[in-house]
Amino acid sequence: MAQTPMLEITALEKRFGTVEVLRSIDLKVGRGELVFVIGPSGSGKSTMLRCCNRLEEPTSGSIFIDGRNIVNCPAAELNRLRLQTGMVFQGFHLYPHMSVVRNVMLAQIKALKRDKVTARTRAMDMLDRVGLAHKADAMPSELSGGQQQRVAIARALALNPKVMLFDEPTSALDPELVGSVLKVMKDLRAEGMTMLVVSHEMAFAREAADRVVFMDGGVVVEQGPPEAIFGNPQHDRTRAFLSRVSHHAGAE
Amino acid sequence: MNAPAGFQRFVEVFFDGAIIDRYLPDLLSAMVTTLWLGAIIIVTGVAVGLVLACLRSLQVWWLTVPIVMFADILRALPPLVLILIFYFGLPGLGVMMSGPLVLFIVLAAVLAAFCEEIFWAGLTALPRGQWEAGRATGMSFAQTLIWVALPQAVRMGVPSLVNRSLAITKMTALGSVIGVKEVLAVSSSAQAMSGSATPLTMAAAAYLAIFLPAVILARWLERRFSWKV
Repeated sequence: MAQTPMLEITALEKRFGTVEVLRSIDLKVGRGELVFVIGPSGSGKSTMLRCCNRLEEPTSGSIFIDGRNIVNCPAAELNRLRLQTGMVFQGFHLYPHMSVVRNVMLAQIKALKRDKVTARTRAMDMLDRVGLAHKADAMPSELSGGQQQRVAIARALALNPKVMLFDEPTSALDPELVGSVLKVMKDLRAEGMTMLVVSHEMAFAREAADRVVFMDGGVVVEQGPPEAIFGNPQHDRTRAFLSRVSHHAGAE
Repeated sequence: MNAPAGFQRFVEVFFDGAIIDRYLPDLLSAMVTTLWLGAIIIVTGVAVGLVLACLRSLQVWWLTVPIVMFADILRALPPLVLILIFYFGLPGLGVMMSGPLVLFIVLAAVLAAFCEEIFWAGLTALPRGQWEAGRATGMSFAQTLIWVALPQAVRMGVPSLVNRSLAITKMTALGSVIGVKEVLAVSSSAQAMSGSATPLTMAAAAYLAIFLPAVILARWLERRFSWKV
């Protein structure tokens, strides 16, 4: 890659007390790339993702976003740096006390200091993008899980992030609602958004990912294009995981 | 004593028209006292409780320790004890305060102690994801506290806040012990002067007139602020 990667993790370590959760993680996500992180639960993939906006504090190592190291940045600058990364959680975490459009407006007004009119226009654009403009005035509790997750994506997008981080975005959804969220992610990819996705949606990874990273026991075991990882995994641990997962999923 | 005579006697004791006429003006002005005392106690108590809960959420020990001590001690002590200490004890140190001021300080502080705990309970009950969503979108701790966490903590606390506010406000009746001219003080002195129980009936009616609408308002508030998650 000629350009600097949008997201670059080097020698990332994370310990909780004496427990090593992440060990010497190196990972690059190029501009406009969709990188999928797979691995068994407890492999540290969510922790790694959460280090990328410092919801988790790395023990050591560097994380560069658009060439800027976010690990050593002073706490005062952290809020501004977090605007560069849009985070989508497994549990959506919409604010239940405000309407959908206000959910998407809040951080625009408070963190980006946009005025209300601009924020609302931007929010409506983003809601339209995820197909939920007609739900702008609904309360989150009136939406299905899939709709809530799409609002959460709109909330993150509204802040013009450089990278979108997805932490198991479809794991809490009923199977029939997963597709609508994946479609939004696919659209984002088509529009050139850089994305790092922790997920168990193997079929989607195979179809949409530029690269797949397999993590186990706090390390990156192997990474490569989806055809290589799914079609011809080099490591036993990858093979064992994939056979477990595909077994579980049935027709993979 | 036959039944009609018994009834007449009952009316004379509790609903003596002449007594009502004589003491109504006094009682009305006492109601005003009870009302404004109650109002400033609620406003101050809830506001101070809110501020204390916010300070406690910063999780620094030199704020947490005094706040928890304040909340625990004031919730444990009977307010009457504090009222007597402030009114009869503090003058010994040269601190003289009027009855209404003592009543206000003590009851507002007690309400603040309970409100701090109610707000704090709401804040700790909030799923961690709400904080993370706020912080992940670049909002500061204070912004997330004010716009995300507190509104939810307040809604969760509304039923307890309302109950506690009413309970504490009713304790303005304790002012009768230190010469505050609120409803109970005025009516019990009227009862002593007239030898009739009617002023006490009037006091009960006055409290109902103040608190029954408050209870109904509280019910409405609880409905208004509840929502499904």
